[in-house]
Amino acid sequence: MSQFNFFNEINSALTMDGEITRGPPPRWQKKMMDASSSSHLNGSRSVLSVSYNTSFSGANPPTKTPGKTGDTKNKKTPTPSKGSKTPGGGDRFIPNRGTTNFELGHYLIKQEQEKSENDEENDSGNSNNSNKMTPAKAERQKLISDSMQVADGKTTRILSYQNKAPAAPESHTNPLKVVYSIKTPISTKSGSRYIPTTSDRILDAPDIINDYYLNLLDWSADNIVTVALGNAVYLWNAATGNIEQLVEYEEGDHACALAWIQEGQILAIGNNTGAVELWDCSKIKRLRVMDGHSARVGALAWNSFLVSSGSRDGSIIHHDVRAREHKVANLAGHTQEVCGLKWSTDFKYLASGGNDNLVNVWAAVSGGVGTGNEPLHILNEHQAAVRALAWCPWQPNVLASGGGTADRCIKFWNVNNGSLINSVDSKSQVCALLWSRNYKELISAHGFANNQLTIWKYPSMVKQAELTGHTSRVLQMALSPDGSTVISAGADETLRLWNCFAPDPHTAKKSSTAAAKAKQSVFRQSIR
Amino acid sequence: MSAQATKNCITLKGSAQIIAEYLKYGINSILFQRGIYPAETFESTQQYGLTILMSKDPKIEEFLKKVLEQTEEWLGKNMINKVSMVITNAHTKEVLECWDFKMNAELGDGETIDPQKLTSSKELKRIQNEIRDVMRQISATVTYLPLLDCICTFDVMIHTLQTCDIPESWDETGPAFIQNAQAVQLRSFSTGLHKVDTVVNYKMSS
Repeated sequence: MSQFNFFNEINSALTMDGEITRGPPPRWQKKMMDASSSSHLNGSRSVLSVSYNTSFSGANPPTKTPGKTGDTKNKKTPTPSKGSKTPGGGDRFIPNRGTTNFELGHYLIKQEQEKSENDEENDSGNSNNSNKMTPAKAERQKLISDSMQVADGKTTRILSYQNKAPAAPESHTNPLKVVYSIKTPISTKSGSRYIPTTSDRILDAPDIINDYYLNLLDWSADNIVTVALGNAVYLWNAATGNIEQLVEYEEGDHACALAWIQEGQILAIGNNTGAVELWDCSKIKRLRVMDGHSARVGALAWNSFLVSSGSRDGSIIHHDVRAREHKVANLAGHTQEVCGLKWSTDFKYLASGGNDNLVNVWAAVSGGVGTGNEPLHILNEHQAAVRALAWCPWQPNVLASGGGTADRCIKFWNVNNGSLINSVDSKSQVCALLWSRNYKELISAHGFANNQLTIWKYPSMVKQAELTGHTSRVLQMALSPDGSTVISAGADETLRLWNCFAPDPHTAKKSSTAAAKAKQSVFRQSIR
Repeated sequence: MSAQATKNCITLKGSAQIIAEYLKYGINSILFQRGIYPAETFESTQQYGLTILMSKDPKIEEFLKKVLEQTEEWLGKNMINKVSMVITNAHTKEVLECWDFKMNAELGDGETIDPQKLTSSKELKRIQNEIRDVMRQISATVTYLPLLDCICTFDVMIHTLQTCDIPESWDETGPAFIQNAQAVQLRSFSTGLHKVDTVVNYKMSS
């Protein structure tokens, strides 16, 4: 057995680039690594690193080269999925390569290297090791080349103003700490009612795409939940528990947005090629494909026969699904990817949120189809991408919006005049927002650090409950047709059902008797 | 109206003014986004189609006003290579983060060689859109820059030509180096006469 291990080690050492081409390890492997690293690997790691520093033999070193730091950085930046072009606005996370002075930097570093090599030859080469670039040396060279790029010798001077700016007050703590530090959930005083804080049911959702900009979950009026996992789209009948696969895309293609029509079994799917597909889910049959976008469609919203689609190219298109010429209007209000799109509950407004930190509100054309080509309001108070949008069911002019990691705020807008009503710092990225229909409350879905769902009283914005359970950020949320249950999809590859808005039997009885009373007296009804 | 009168021109002075304005909003945005000063001491303004939070601390305002006035004057003579905003630990004086704004002179329309007569016909709207994209990137850096978990202060260092005179209450300092630094270059923008690269250098947490 031992010689086979040895052969494997040799092989892995010879294929230096093997790790990269193989891609991330499968899920079961990651889980095993997580489990084992916490138990016994910790003890042996320090020994390993010592042996690496002192002797350079054995088969593992190539995998332990300083590439590590780069890796961790890559993980932090959310890379968009494959096959997608960068839109006109570009991606804010990717620095501008054109302005990086590669040639100059390379030249300066090379020059320095040659010089030092020459010096060493003159010194009659004391040891072999000095020829190798040690990390510290590379660091020094980088600093040298940096400073040379700026200051060519002694031709520059560095000046600063002598009356310095004051330091922050001693009592100040960085407000960003909430982004970095893990806190145990604060015990929230539950208000007037009991809210179960554990999930009712957990479903497995393998391969769900962990992308903030996609909308991969929806719950229909017919009680069917649709979810996209990997490159397939599934239907789960919440009443019977029956699961059907609607479609499986070819390798490399996948659904980016799912949206049910208000009534019936028509599902709109936005895919990564920029097309919007309509499916009749009672027959598992595709009805039509509507194109128009040049990049993936990450957001969809229905308004009876009209489906609005938002794309990575920054445009929003209204499709009339009845007409042969389906394209009604093309709205160019965003410069970057549109990731949130919602029609208001009275269908008078369309709200769109984008990666350009904007929320645009579009007014429906009175007596016509679709919206005007210019946004009614441009709301630019958010400091990060806006994906979470929700319209208040009982006040049709109130819009709630939530920003990403750099913003973390839930903001409430009066769209009649475009003014900000309220803003609350949620202390975590806001991935989704939903209003309850049974209570004057709303629920928000969050990412790091607690990956929780938070229920807020509106308009006081007092926390009612924190529903924890997801072990990675919550990507998506949808409300059941009866308004009592919330389904959430997490990057931990689970779907969780929370029975958090179940009508209280007491109040249900009261409201039914109140309704009966109100019916008796027409006079009182009109006063109310 | 003659064609010359309607032509949109930016002179070197105008270019310096645009860049000084960018520095003002950029530095304030960094101060807020990196949480260096309490959030209560900032108020929001609208600029470049964005909401930008500006410090209302009178001392910071005064400091930035003085520094940027001088910067604008030097920029108007093309005497600046780089403006660095350095964030240091207020107690240990260790440099934690350094935002470099590198200035590269450009020829604009290139109709004349005299630097004082150079003009650029780049539209102001386009320049501001480019600046807006940089500003967005600055606020997005929060997601990967390390937490500044100490009382911090900041300083602005201006890298000028050797021929530059030192005005009153200014003095020469040394360059700021960060141990174990990581650099990220953000987008650039150009007024036609100056191209400004924004680079953030930060200390890798070990």
